[in-house]
Amino acid sequence: MTMLGDRQQLAYIASQAADARVNVELETEGMTLNIGPQHPATHGTLRIICRLDGEQVVWAEPSCGYMHRGYEKLTEVRTFPQVTALVNRIDWLGSFANEVPFILAAEKLMGIEAPPRAQVIRTILFELSRIANVGLFLGDLGVQLGAVTPVFLAFRDREYVLNLIESATGGRFHPNFDRIGGLKDDLPAGWIEETRAVMKKLQGFCDQMEDLLFGNEIFLARTKGIGIIPRDVAMQYGLSGANLRASGIDHDLRRDTSLPMAWNKADWKVWTHTDGDAFARCWVRLQETRESCKIVEQLLDVIPSGPIMTKVPKIIKVPEGEAWVATENPLGEMGYYVVSKGDLGPFRVKIRSASFNNMSVTPWLLKGVYVPDVITILASLYFILGDLDR
Amino acid sequence: MSVLLAVDMPYWLQTILRVLGGTVAVLLPAGTIVYVFLFKMMSFMQSRLGPMEAGPYGAFQLFAEVGKWLQKEDLYPDRADKFIFKIAPIVVLTSTFLLVAVVPFGPDAWFTNFEAGVFYALAVSSVSVLGILIAGWASANKYSLLGGLRAAGQLIAYELPMVLAVIGVVIQAGSMNFQEIVVAQNAGEIFGWNGIGNPYILTQMVGFIIFMIAVQAELTQTPFDMPIAESELVSGYMTEYSGFRFLMFFIGEFATAGVFSLIAAALFLGGWGIPFAWFGWDSMDSVDNWMNIVGPLIMFTKMMVLSGIIMWVRFSYPRFREDQLQKFAWKVLIPVSLLNIMATAILKVAF
Repeated sequence: MTMLGDRQQLAYIASQAADARVNVELETEGMTLNIGPQHPATHGTLRIICRLDGEQVVWAEPSCGYMHRGYEKLTEVRTFPQVTALVNRIDWLGSFANEVPFILAAEKLMGIEAPPRAQVIRTILFELSRIANVGLFLGDLGVQLGAVTPVFLAFRDREYVLNLIESATGGRFHPNFDRIGGLKDDLPAGWIEETRAVMKKLQGFCDQMEDLLFGNEIFLARTKGIGIIPRDVAMQYGLSGANLRASGIDHDLRRDTSLPMAWNKADWKVWTHTDGDAFARCWVRLQETRESCKIVEQLLDVIPSGPIMTKVPKIIKVPEGEAWVATENPLGEMGYYVVSKGDLGPFRVKIRSASFNNMSVTPWLLKGVYVPDVITILASLYFILGDLDR
Repeated sequence: MSVLLAVDMPYWLQTILRVLGGTVAVLLPAGTIVYVFLFKMMSFMQSRLGPMEAGPYGAFQLFAEVGKWLQKEDLYPDRADKFIFKIAPIVVLTSTFLLVAVVPFGPDAWFTNFEAGVFYALAVSSVSVLGILIAGWASANKYSLLGGLRAAGQLIAYELPMVLAVIGVVIQAGSMNFQEIVVAQNAGEIFGWNGIGNPYILTQMVGFIIFMIAVQAELTQTPFDMPIAESELVSGYMTEYSGFRFLMFFIGEFATAGVFSLIAAALFLGGWGIPFAWFGWDSMDSVDNWMNIVGPLIMFTKMMVLSGIIMWVRFSYPRFREDQLQKFAWKVLIPVSLLNIMATAILKVAF
């Protein structure tokens, strides 16, 4: 057995201490980066707390609620017809689509159904608001990845859609046009021809976006293989909309549920993608915009004649009961669980908005990615702050 | 040969004239680029008109903007390293002024006729890295820090392909002096035909492309603008700057674009010269004096063309991620430029 001499032992301890000191000195400290609440990539006031190791995210958590407006509570002190004025501010880019599920739920409780003409026009306006919403997404995607030009093209062509919505409903952003039992007004004269022309322009816009972004090598390098959500994870986190379909799950409420709407009168396709990455999500949304244009074009040919409003009492009292109606909104599945006690207003409304569930996957998804990819992933998940916080 | 040198000016007058001339040579391209490309071309690409109110077609918009910036309060963050924070934009702008010192604008219209001009230009262009790095560090802001570090990594990575791309030109011209490179291009001939001289963009096409890509990265313009990255890092190293100091960064960005275009024009497009054969000149000494007036205009035109390309790319592309950018620099640009140097050297010896 060898014994260390005093000198040797001291030298050994000294070397150990030196090693330890070097280790302490070299151990790089992580950095907490608050992306938001005021940040260009968060579309408003979302805060994402990231622990960074260099440029790599080791831990991330979204902190939402900075824009909470309490719509669920506010609906309890409104009458049923008044609620639409509130809820179309949830997803402010496709606001007409927010009104529809609530109105459908109220109609379900009352046991009435809108006349066929109103159903078709509702569906057309629904799809127009989807185009207005997703069209802006396509442009905004470029900005998030550093290309400044696409967003202006998106704003330009979205303006045509907003003009259509405005001429039909009177409101560009917040139509408040849907009524229990039908619609507020009929379409103005010349609207159908105008819409046909605009749909042609928008098909061109989609082609332009495909050329400008989806064929760009840098765009492909930035989105392919980034933020992959596998099929089972997408289902576990309750994703919906294009985020779900990009993970290879063929699920679209417009096709899969039988609501009193007119989607089944048109011939269209539900696009899915197998990759589940950022590119797939963007690509599915691009195809959906095209399909929406197709739906609108076909439905313009089949608008039946007839009344725009069914018979409803002047003062609407919804009978006691509970109803759940969900539709495939621009951002994903949006549903209202309406509880009525037979009063003028709802007793309780639970709003299921798509962005909230879509955002819930981010802590899982952002682990280990680089800071620039955080932005890509957030952009491709596509949330609207109003929809996230309600 | 020269009117300018024939007048015997005292040293102080020469110095003042040079400083004034340098200021014009930096600020005039910067202002023109901002108005023509940033305000107008970008707007037309994005189906809008751009500024229209200040002056005819918004021509005085830049003066209005400068006036606005000068009025703003000189803010600095509480925990910033104030001295460093304040000098950082000056360092960036200094590098631009140092850079323009060696650019020739005519047979006698130069600021200094430095023998190792190319070497000097490539060396001082790196000074701006220092300014950006200290701006990012001194801002006491996490986004600025990330932006500054990205900028340092990127600019160092792209310095190398830029140097290597220029070496081809230096080999071909046999000189590092900008004047001699310009003369060699305009007095040169292509297989005995001297109708257009021998602009090196023809023989050094690869070098030119690599040089322009490296310039794009050096300027942190869009495919390579991660140090600024509005959507990720807010504004990178510039986040905390406002007013006058932001203006300096802003001018520095576009002035450097102009000066690099001038350098690229001198290296690859024949600089201030027109093919000497057109007027029967054969060397520097026989060039007429009026080239001192026409030369700057020719340089300005070429600068506008090149910076137009830089801006065009800037407005139409998304940006890389910085690891992709490093990969591109080290795995593509540097090997290709090394091959270019080899080919140039072999052909130079062969002919």
